[in-house]
Amino acid sequence: MRVQATIDIAAPPQLVWDFVTDPTRYLHFMNGITRWEIASGQARGCGARYRTLMRVGSAEVGGLVEVVEHEEPRDLAWTSVTGVDQRGRWRLRERERGNGARTHVELRLQYGVAGAGLLGWVAEQVAAPAVRENLRRSLRELKRQAEHEQARAAAAARRAAAQQQQL
Amino acid sequence: MRTQSASARSRNGHHPNGTPFAPGDGAFGEHEAERDRGSTDGPSPIERLLRTVSGAIGARVPVADLDERDPDYIRESLPAQWLLASLWFRGEVRGLGNIPEEGPVLLVGNHSGGNMSPDSLVFTLAFSTYFGVERRFYQLAHNLVLAMPGLGFLRKYGTVAASARNAERALASGAAVLVYPGGDREVHRPSWEANTINFDGRRGFVRLALDHDVPIVPVVAIGGQETALFLSRGEGLSKLLMLDRLFRLKVLPVSIAVPWGLNVGDMLGHIPLPAKITVEVLPSIDLREQFGPDPDVAEVYDHVTTTMQETLDALAAERRLPILG
Repeated sequence: MRVQATIDIAAPPQLVWDFVTDPTRYLHFMNGITRWEIASGQARGCGARYRTLMRVGSAEVGGLVEVVEHEEPRDLAWTSVTGVDQRGRWRLRERERGNGARTHVELRLQYGVAGAGLLGWVAEQVAAPAVRENLRRSLRELKRQAEHEQARAAAAARRAAAQQQQL
Repeated sequence: MRTQSASARSRNGHHPNGTPFAPGDGAFGEHEAERDRGSTDGPSPIERLLRTVSGAIGARVPVADLDERDPDYIRESLPAQWLLASLWFRGEVRGLGNIPEEGPVLLVGNHSGGNMSPDSLVFTLAFSTYFGVERRFYQLAHNLVLAMPGLGFLRKYGTVAASARNAERALASGAAVLVYPGGDREVHRPSWEANTINFDGRRGFVRLALDHDVPIVPVVAIGGQETALFLSRGEGLSKLLMLDRLFRLKVLPVSIAVPWGLNVGDMLGHIPLPAKITVEVLPSIDLREQFGPDPDVAEVYDHVTTTMQETLDALAAERRLPILG
């Protein structure tokens, strides 16, 4: 089963990239995620592993995932090592540059249990609305946090420019 | 036939000469000596028939083999379990983070819902998805459950006959082990005692944890006793039919359940009502750290049961309506 959600964020791709590649931020903006812990020597980049869980229905579902694609600041993909089969991807695409910088963000998640048969298919369908809603809320929260940070960065830049002029 | 029965018990992890656990530890093969004493007057025809049935059932209990647990099978059946737990029982499990991330641990639960106990389903699903099916996890069940036709698949989930030896072997292998000390007495308690922890003084789990120096993690569930109207344990009936001596079955429960209406024995199970099941996992108890180098078994037992009762009371206070939760 594949679910996805998209959103436009008023911030440059690099700023959004810093959010989605920082494992310590996931609990703060990913809805339904109850665990996103570093489980390898490296915290970021290809080969980094995380122990992840998302609450869906009566269970926290997830497992160990590994980053398999890390193309800054455009694509980040991971795949499951243990637990429920899953493949996730962040796609960041620049829409506008400069002062009105905007980034189109897409979050995709494929999940399932190979060999689970018909009931596995039914479970995937039943879980889909909850998972999709989790992704949508996560993107909304990511947008809020990233735009807030962008606004702070812009204000700091303005203050620095004003101080320069005064000097 | 008694010899055969004793042999079957031994094969399944029950010590044929009794267990190191005190009488009353029903979940770990108590009353063996009592059964072996038997009668010197010669058995009546009914007693002979019952012993024949007992022997046949004893022979059906599979040899306890921890390797029968099959992580791939568990993984492939997770979606079906998830559907049942999420849609029918609206299961909710809290505090799984209280279970140590690795190493052996004794999970001690209260048991509800008769022979179709939903708290086991909801908890084992949550455990398997939280820690992964790769973590070794065994559940101890009554002999009759494992002997029941059609329930052989439980062994693939790591369900083994409740005995001291099986529990010891599972803990020695580094696994998490789930025990229900209240056993058949607690699981068939009347509905009006739904919010009562009743281990019937069975302290074997404390000795087990001490012997293996493993932490105890209490697991408190509510809702299971709302899946049918449980009227009586039928202890008198069980005694009358000698089920306690022949099958370690101290109860012959009477309930009103779907689809049978009046349900005596619950041997064929029933369709549980869709009661909301809530499970709360309490903080891990390191016995020697909390009670000193030589803990008093009774003190630990009282602490565990009191803590679980307080949690059950709090969970009961959260519930607004039976079944709906």
